[in-house]
Amino acid sequence: MVIGVRVDAERCCGSGNCAFTLPEVFDQDPSDGRVVLLQNRPHSGVLDLVREAADLCPSGAIELTE
Amino acid sequence: MADETQAAAHQEAHREAQAVQAADREPTFPRERTCPFAPPAEYARWQAEQPVAEVVLPSGQDAWLLTRHQDVRAMLDDPRFSADSAHPGFPRMYRQAVPQVLKGTFLRMDGADHLRYRRMLGKEFTAKGAKEMRPLVERTVDGLLDRMAEQGSPADLVTALAYPVPSTTICGVLGVPYEDRARFEDSTRVMISGRSTPEEVVRAKEEILGYLTGLVAAKEREPGDDLISRLLEEQVATGELDRDEVPVLAWLLLAAGHDTTASMIGLGALLLMEHADQLAALRSDPGLVAGAVEELLRHQTIMQIGMNRVALEDVRIGDRTVRAGEGVVAQLMAANRDPEVFADPDRFDITRSARGHVAFGYGPHQCLGQMLARVELQVTLARLFERFPKLRTVRPVAEIPFRHHMFGLYGVTELMVEW
Ligand code: HEM
Ligand code: SF4
Repeated sequence: MVIGVRVDAERCCGSGNCAFTLPEVFDQDPSDGRVVLLQNRPHSGVLDLVREAADLCPSGAIELTE
Repeated sequence: MADETQAAAHQEAHREAQAVQAADREPTFPRERTCPFAPPAEYARWQAEQPVAEVVLPSGQDAWLLTRHQDVRAMLDDPRFSADSAHPGFPRMYRQAVPQVLKGTFLRMDGADHLRYRRMLGKEFTAKGAKEMRPLVERTVDGLLDRMAEQGSPADLVTALAYPVPSTTICGVLGVPYEDRARFEDSTRVMISGRSTPEEVVRAKEEILGYLTGLVAAKEREPGDDLISRLLEEQVATGELDRDEVPVLAWLLLAAGHDTTASMIGLGALLLMEHADQLAALRSDPGLVAGAVEELLRHQTIMQIGMNRVALEDVRIGDRTVRAGEGVVAQLMAANRDPEVFADPDRFDITRSARGHVAFGYGPHQCLGQMLARVELQVTLARLFERFPKLRTVRPVAEIPFRHHMFGLYGVTELMVEW
């Protein structure tokens, strides 16, 4: 199974939760701390962590599409 | 300008009306603790029976108290609620009028205005940046543990370790020169000590702000590799930020990051010493420390009053309607013990998955310094028990001084330990 990931940098408050949870998929812009998506279709091995990152995001900036 | 005067007059009238109302109303929130390690018992009862409870605050205002994890998260991430304490309906925890909010206090701003500040400061507090701070935090902690070892058992962990770790770390971030630290720490100590009078606290705050204003001027002349210099060079130079806001931002970071982290270090060390089995597990597998810190944050949520907001529109929460202009309090301690999210929530278990706790709040105001706080807590607690494997408290819990008043942060004011 694959999952699609979308991020909305406009809503992001730079909490760092996503980059802390799954640095291979989420990074932060070094100029303002906003989310940068590194992979929009992460491999199945990290699905649980992708879901965790989306759930932990405090500003609803991470969207998953099954 | 006329509008502002009018709004101020309106607010004043509103406050007076509420002061009259306050005189004959008994507050029903916050409640007192009965166990030093658990939230007041009423919060769990409210959570089960009245998750959106009507309470009377110490100011005499009515407010809605949220205790469920789901409601707390939803409200804190809902733009129909405002963090602006100048709003007449904003829930106040004291009878006294709110002190004037200094320009730059993004903690009390909403929407795009607020996010603008998060982005100016965001680069300083990324997850990666915090990781890069780890060696510095390790050196700080090791130095403090060396000094404890030299001075010998027993020691007060609060003054020997819990405060100096965040203080040294934040001084490093802000670029406070080494030779100024003592002066800086004296004022901070007064400001955060549970024993200072309100007047002493105000004076200490002014002293620190005065010191930081001077520091900003010094960085203008001679920039360094630090947050203040970067704000001056990047944001003030481009007109994005007022020069006068820089000391306010520095002060906010200091105030938000110092006492909080120190409180968690003290409580965290104590809770681990009180749970010998958990401590043994942690010592035999240092990889558990990250999870242990999340569980400590969940179990000992130091923001014990709540996160306050005011509704800008009518909003339905559960089966209640919060009207525009009404105050709402999100009880983080209660949310972190919601059995719907954390099984057997009163149990302290460093191996459970505590992620998803709201100890750092939720929504766009969620703690800016959380990644740094995590590094400080992980390094300090891991190194402390590594260095002193036999560390134990000198006195039984009943004789350890906790900050018992339900306002402000929770914590221990002294923690005598021996090894
Ligand atoms: C264990 C330690 C800490 C705890 C429990 C904690 C908790 C919190 C909480 C609950 C909030 C949300 C406030 C709200 O929604 O109104 C917050 C905000 C904030 N924290 Fe922390 N904090 C900690 C450490 C730190 C550190 C180390 C720093 C910085 C060096 C920091 C800086 C801030 C700032 C600047 C805000 C305001 C964010 C905003 O309004 O956008 N905190 N913190
Ligand atoms: S968790 Fe959400 S708010 Fe935090 S950095 Fe990632 S996308 Fe931004």
